[in-house]
Amino acid sequence: MTSSATDPDAFTGATPDNALRDADRAEGPMLAADGTPLKKSLMRALRREKMRALMLIAPLLIFILVSFIAPIIDMLFRSVENQIVSETLPRTVIALDDWDYESGELPDEAVYRALAYDLVAAEAEKRHTRLGSRLNYETTGISSLFRRSGRDIDDVGEVYADQFIALNEAWEEPAFWVGLMASETWIEDQAEWAARAADEENFDRAEPRFRLRDGVAEVLPQTASAYSEFARITQVEDEDSPTEEEPWFPVYMALYHDLIDNPDAAGAYGGQMAEVLGAAAEAAPGFESQDIRQTFLDIEEGWGDLEVWGTIEAFSNPYTAGYFLASVDLQLTPAGIEAKPDNESIYILLFERTLFMSLVIMGSCILLGYPIAYLLSTLPLRVSNVLLILVLLPFWTSLLVRTSAWKVLLQQQGVINDILVWLGLVADNERLVMINNQFGTIVAMTHILLPFMILPLYSVMKTIPPTYVRAAKSLGATNWTAFWRVYFPQSVPGIGAGSILVFILAIGYYITPELVGGTTGTFISNRIAYHISSSLNWGLAAALGTILLVVVLVLYWVYDKIVGIDNVSLG
Amino acid sequence: MSELTVDTPRPSLTGFTLPLTTAFGAFFGLIAGSASGSVLIGLVAGAVIAAALAFGLCTLHGNKTIRRGHGKWIGAAVFGVLGLIVGGVSGLLAGALIGIAVGWFALWLHTGAYRDNVPIYATGPQVLWHNTFLFICGAVFFFLIAPILTIIPLSFNAENFFTFTPEMIALDPEGYSLKHYNDFFTNPDWQQALWNSVKIAPAATFIAVSLGTLAAIGLSQSHVPFRRAIMAIMISPMIVPLIISAAGMYFFYSRIGLQGTYVGVVLAHAALGIPFVIITVTATLVGFDRSLTRAAANMGANPVTTFFKVQMPLILPGVISGGLFAFITSFDEVVVVIFVGSANQQTLPWQMFTGLREQISPTILAVATILVCLSIALLTTIELLRRRSEKMRGLSPG
Repeated sequence: MTSSATDPDAFTGATPDNALRDADRAEGPMLAADGTPLKKSLMRALRREKMRALMLIAPLLIFILVSFIAPIIDMLFRSVENQIVSETLPRTVIALDDWDYESGELPDEAVYRALAYDLVAAEAEKRHTRLGSRLNYETTGISSLFRRSGRDIDDVGEVYADQFIALNEAWEEPAFWVGLMASETWIEDQAEWAARAADEENFDRAEPRFRLRDGVAEVLPQTASAYSEFARITQVEDEDSPTEEEPWFPVYMALYHDLIDNPDAAGAYGGQMAEVLGAAAEAAPGFESQDIRQTFLDIEEGWGDLEVWGTIEAFSNPYTAGYFLASVDLQLTPAGIEAKPDNESIYILLFERTLFMSLVIMGSCILLGYPIAYLLSTLPLRVSNVLLILVLLPFWTSLLVRTSAWKVLLQQQGVINDILVWLGLVADNERLVMINNQFGTIVAMTHILLPFMILPLYSVMKTIPPTYVRAAKSLGATNWTAFWRVYFPQSVPGIGAGSILVFILAIGYYITPELVGGTTGTFISNRIAYHISSSLNWGLAAALGTILLVVVLVLYWVYDKIVGIDNVSLG
Repeated sequence: MSELTVDTPRPSLTGFTLPLTTAFGAFFGLIAGSASGSVLIGLVAGAVIAAALAFGLCTLHGNKTIRRGHGKWIGAAVFGVLGLIVGGVSGLLAGALIGIAVGWFALWLHTGAYRDNVPIYATGPQVLWHNTFLFICGAVFFFLIAPILTIIPLSFNAENFFTFTPEMIALDPEGYSLKHYNDFFTNPDWQQALWNSVKIAPAATFIAVSLGTLAAIGLSQSHVPFRRAIMAIMISPMIVPLIISAAGMYFFYSRIGLQGTYVGVVLAHAALGIPFVIITVTATLVGFDRSLTRAAANMGANPVTTFFKVQMPLILPGVISGGLFAFITSFDEVVVVIFVGSANQQTLPWQMFTGLREQISPTILAVATILVCLSIALLTTIELLRRRSEKMRGLSPG
């Protein structure tokens, strides 16, 4: 970055820097015209100049940070982010802490109960299918397991609801539940809101947010948690009021278990509620109970599968390396990191193919570009400028125009095949397959990237003095020796610059492989696009993108070391 | 000073020029023959005609009736007439082309012009290698340009094919039509796409140029803290592969509700165009004489006046060519817009991309031809600007 024109130390004129140096050299304090020490006033000037430069840069810097750097960071974040499991199944994830996949046994009742509370809430918000498809990337079958379980989860706990209601009709009334669970201030706020909603026209304020009664979370912990979830979803999702809705069946199940755990719960209440609750607590031990694990197994056999539970546990962390493992054909299984089965491992192959094809494209660009650059650098400027237009025209032509040209030329009914058939070199029924394979991608991309090789090579070769080769020849070198020992080593920086540039561009190419690559000529970038727009596995797309980004940045670092980013010239 | 004249010996007619020209003619004969189904006749006819032509030309040149440059026209006339007899209008054209090649080749050999660009002491193999090298370069240039030139005639195809029809080869006017251009200008899909491109690209260019120029001026000041890091951030949209930018922008813009909006696409394209503006404008500023702004300030101009009256006119060529780069980046861009945009923001390249993927119509070729013309216009503009800028800065015109 430090060229003679921008490096502060290279200026010889009256810059603040130079004046400061003069001031340092002078003996005794120098004073500026207004009497302040010169050093101080110069420092102020320097600071002002820095500020002004930063002010000019700031708008663009902020723009780039928001519109470009933030998206890249977001992508990096997404490649490890995995909050969906712990957000959708919060209770289950906590309950699973005590369970160990290695034990070979299914989780205990508490886990299934937690799953019931989580799943009924997730189902009400339609989040369970999203979690299902997320976990399906890891273990196939989980998607349908969640989808089907969602349909029947509402009925879990119906046994308890029926028995509570048989005991006392009050258990069916929303108002009784609200009285039991809601805080008194909320009940007052709600009543006031309801009155205003009935009286005033155009009253569109939302119902006040449900608040739990003080202390109920200690007395009836599971019920409080399940009921407040119910109240929240009723208000937000259904735009309804908990005062008018009967709770979900699993809330009754929670109440049953709370009453078994804490038969004295009624002590926290007074009046009619204490009475009803007390009666329920007394009757509860005699209730017909439901084997929750069996209930889940009846809904879907998958809930008896250790793999499913292992997967949920393995991905219960909010951050995961799972996507990165998937990008290199490994998978995070409950038993640890394993290689994917051979028929599913494609990413290593794709990375290898991307590298291989980029290298081939780079190689062909060197082969084709070197003679051209040499010719351009030896011809008189007038001629070479005209020939340079032939290089710049493809460079400036739209990428899609060039890709469509190759599609037209290479396809089986295309121009090249037509000419070959017309010449009789190829039989009409044996037309060459030159497109939708690696060959097509390599040819088209070599054509597209060739100018990026020629231009840096040309700019390096222009600076090689022809006298060296002449001197070598006059000292007795043959043409080949003079070229190989004298000219070629001087052109190596150009080859390096062009190669890295072409390689970097090739490795991240998307459009051309997509259009002429078929199935065997596609790159890793096509897979990234596929995961973003078709399979919707964004995390995996982000992880693949992150790996590609790291490779490219390392290559750029090398490029910067060899040529310097500043020397990027645009023709 | 006495003038040095070199007397290059004429190569032997019967031992060098005639056999080579005959072989050259035989090669074309072979191609023409195999195309029309009779290889042997073509081979012999090509050889005989070429030999006769070479002999005639060399004799005429020997007694100074014609100069070297006439060879190709005489060849074109001879082969063209023969081609017209054998294959009609297209035969005339093909024959004329072959004639130009053979006629030029015969006198090129006969006059020793093939040694023009090599030192006189060069040995035979060296001369051969030099000419082979030129031939290889010609082939590479052909590889660079031919695909682009091929689609231009194909875009006038009267049929819905992506290849030359027999009518086109016969130069039959019936084989050509403007229907694909007509389709482009009447089809609402294409018009919508064109309109979107025309809306998005200038807006993105405007943002990129205005912010980019300011920042480039800031960066070229003598005291900028963290210059390297800032430069790296600003160049990064050019470095990061497009698919990664597209993925990141898709994720992030969906989060903040910009995905599928014009604003989102314009912001994304502006970000992609900014590095080009930064690079071209800083390159212009490197040669900028800073004493000019000091002189202006000395004479009482305020910074704004100095900027518009002194600095701006001098860096304007750099700004405009940076703007053109930014414009073409946005106008040609397809990967990011596919992800960041929605169907409403379908641009011209996107429409071409879908068209190519689903193989719908050769209208794509008409669009491609129009775009090639556009890029030629842009290339010319940039070249003129570069010369003007170098002239203004006192560098020799390239």
